[in-house]
Amino acid sequence: MSEAREGKAEKLHRLLETEGDAVAENTRGFNRGRYESTDDLPAYEALKDEARAIKEDAIERLPELIEELREAVESNGGTLYVADDAADANEYVRDVVTERGDRVVKSKSMTTEELELNEHLEGAGVDVTETDLGEWVLQIADEAPSHIVGPALHKSSESIAELFNAHFDPDPPLSTPKELTNFARDMLLQDIEAADVGITGANFVTADSGTIALVTSEGNARKTAVVPDTHVAVAGVEKVIPSVEDLAPFLELIGKSATGQDVTSYFSLFTPPIASPPVAFDRPDRPMGEDPARREFHLVLVDNGRTAMREDEDLRETLYCIRCGACANSCGNFQSVGGHAFGGETYTGGIATGWEAGVEGLDSAAEFNDLCTGCSRCVPACPVKIDIPWINTAVRDRVNHADGDGSFDFLVEGLTPDEEPGGLAPAKRLFGNFETLAKWGSRTAPLSNWIAGSRPARWAMDRFVGVAAERELPAFQRRTLVDWFESRGSCVAPEDATREAVLYPDVYTNHVAVERGKAAVRVLEALEVRVVVPRRTAVGSGRAPLSQGMVDTARRQAERCRDALEPELDAGRDVVVVEPSDLAAFRREYEKLLPAGDFERVSGSSYEVLEYVFGLLENGADEGRLSAGDDEPVDYHAHCQQRTLGLDEHTVAVLERLGYDVTTSDTECCGMAGSFGYKSEYYELSMDVGEPLQQQFGEDERRVLASGTSCVDQLEALLSRPATHPIELLAPDSSAR
Amino acid sequence: MSTETLDSFRRNAEHHHATVHETAPEDVRSTVASLIDPPAVGVAAGYDLPAGIETNPTPTELSAANTGVTVASVAIADYGTLVLEDDAAGSEPASLFPERHVAILRTDDVVPSIADALGTLGPRLREGASAILATGPSATADMGELVLGAHGPEAVDVVLVGEDADAGETAGDGDEAGGEADR
Repeated sequence: MSEAREGKAEKLHRLLETEGDAVAENTRGFNRGRYESTDDLPAYEALKDEARAIKEDAIERLPELIEELREAVESNGGTLYVADDAADANEYVRDVVTERGDRVVKSKSMTTEELELNEHLEGAGVDVTETDLGEWVLQIADEAPSHIVGPALHKSSESIAELFNAHFDPDPPLSTPKELTNFARDMLLQDIEAADVGITGANFVTADSGTIALVTSEGNARKTAVVPDTHVAVAGVEKVIPSVEDLAPFLELIGKSATGQDVTSYFSLFTPPIASPPVAFDRPDRPMGEDPARREFHLVLVDNGRTAMREDEDLRETLYCIRCGACANSCGNFQSVGGHAFGGETYTGGIATGWEAGVEGLDSAAEFNDLCTGCSRCVPACPVKIDIPWINTAVRDRVNHADGDGSFDFLVEGLTPDEEPGGLAPAKRLFGNFETLAKWGSRTAPLSNWIAGSRPARWAMDRFVGVAAERELPAFQRRTLVDWFESRGSCVAPEDATREAVLYPDVYTNHVAVERGKAAVRVLEALEVRVVVPRRTAVGSGRAPLSQGMVDTARRQAERCRDALEPELDAGRDVVVVEPSDLAAFRREYEKLLPAGDFERVSGSSYEVLEYVFGLLENGADEGRLSAGDDEPVDYHAHCQQRTLGLDEHTVAVLERLGYDVTTSDTECCGMAGSFGYKSEYYELSMDVGEPLQQQFGEDERRVLASGTSCVDQLEALLSRPATHPIELLAPDSSAR
Repeated sequence: MSTETLDSFRRNAEHHHATVHETAPEDVRSTVASLIDPPAVGVAAGYDLPAGIETNPTPTELSAANTGVTVASVAIADYGTLVLEDDAAGSEPASLFPERHVAILRTDDVVPSIADALGTLGPRLREGASAILATGPSATADMGELVLGAHGPEAVDVVLVGEDADAGETAGDGDEAGGEADR
């Protein structure tokens, strides 16, 4: 492994060891809660659509909403300040604070983390205390948040007890979560009572009323805003929504999306200056209702790159983010190593690439952008339906171009017909051009497989390209699926066929997993579908370069693939796809890569193979012609992108219909996610992400089924027993599988 | 308010660790008296509160209080949520500082959904009002597991004031028993 890769691998290893367990337990718990609470919500999808529409509209009309908000805040008697950047915001807040005193209490706000407001205020001699218990723990430990909602969730209660006991030396020492909480509450109350100014963030700001909506479960934001007579709220400009009534979908979604709670304890809707009397602890014995001090309110809206994000087609959706952390909780890699691996200056997890690229710059985003495998499991988790994998892909593409130093790697020369910049990392270039590699591999098999498997070659691949030496490499088949089909032909005459379909020979099925391709043909033919596998359709979908952020190359391949499929569509054939990631390209990413009409045509006529089988059986095809299960128990792991598209259910339904007793995997991702697990620096993380699968499926000897090629590889590595694509199980002559 | 909405409010409030006590208008005073753990502070315009509740507390009295009594102006059945509006008399700190929050709520003020509540609150907020949508007690998981009573109350009692005293009492007895066990 190269030094840079080694450094990255070591950092991941350290985080797996130190923070991995606490992060895994908490994020997976949040994630389970999200499934449970949203399953109970019949209007879930409609609420997400509503929430997204409000955000789309708000960002579109942002300048006019800010003016409406200014009017509302000022007519209430407060002040609105729009800060261009961090320095501007910090200076404004410092002036407000130092005029009132030198003690600030602050409720958790990621925007102030982004500004590094605490450091700035402390530099001006102001004493700042975080009142959110998690943030306070981090303040004492002098650490950065590892999660947008639970900033200290990487810490166990034992480590917090150790920290408090060392720092405060309480007698008797603290140990239980209850004792720690009570201690923190009492300590923080003293700070709140003594504070001159309370600073909060804002989850939402309503333009019509000037209301600041704060979502907390502890109540610290309420005390922070209400006890001192001066309240400063700091928020990104993107937090503005049109009206109070528009809060409804967000209030329903935010707690469920964030921690899996049905609802968060407190939604504070403060329209400052609020009527509540300040709790003036400097006059402890005068009734609060008498002579209430005048309240002061400042709303600081921070731009800091957001206006530019609004103009940026790829980053704009980031501004819809409501900072719930669902993308982090549903991310296999985040579940294993947490936010400190995802890094960034402030934000962590899925959407962080967008935020960091927008507010900090590409360098900060590049640090962790690789950790997005594009598995897309965050997409259905996001309450505003942000296409987070696309943001990651677009940023990866920019990083690829920014890295260009003109060097070129001799090892991969000839295998890389792309036109990406010379500085593109060799591993990205290799995996991005997998199609060319596969063609060469098949043409020269078995020699290619022998060379690729030899020790010197594996060493060189690890050292120079970054292909993990521990991984078994895919074995290229000399006789590809299209070769096989060309000599065999179709077994269903046109006049006997109920439908005609082209089996899309994706790169893996055509060159590596040929057997599952043959099985697919046999299954479809058994159900009276006339199948063709034309050689001209054996082109990559663009999925491989897309995963490496090589967007231009992916677009060219998508266009080529469309051109190859078009005659088939013209002939009225359906397109049946075996590899789920290729179907995901057709159904999701082609929207970004092809003209709208072409995208609709390709996506509208393409089916995942078991989705297609399901449809055939539903429409009366004879299931008796397929290989039946006779109650055989099987373990099934659906590919992540397939699940995002909601297609895993078809596979389960078909298997059950044929008499298989199916146990499905509980995990979001197997950890392999295409090329990710092949990369030297990520191998260990990839295996750790797969651990829950090993726990769930490892104990028994049931047959293991997986839909994706890389899932099959990963399951075989994790379980040390073979894994099969479900279509191979169903094939009529499955004795040959 | 429909029985269904009220049932849903009761169920969801209890699910979120609040205790619902049903009572008739003439029994509010005695029900509240049975729930407070002195010293107590409170703001309850329109209700005749029992003795021993400081209605114009000093910061010291607020800090020392074990119970705070307030009135919820609206409640949301879908989540068992209380809407607590701010006022110059100090309802907001009274509902937040003490370990036990006792909220008086009229059955007529229970609405089905968050959207319904925001429909009521929208015009008021546009007039400058503020409100807290509070569901159950304060909670945190930041110290390693769920703990009730972080910065806010550890226990929430809802005194649900109905029109029909008989129906209220039957359900109220069972709920109160639950409330006692909780303490």
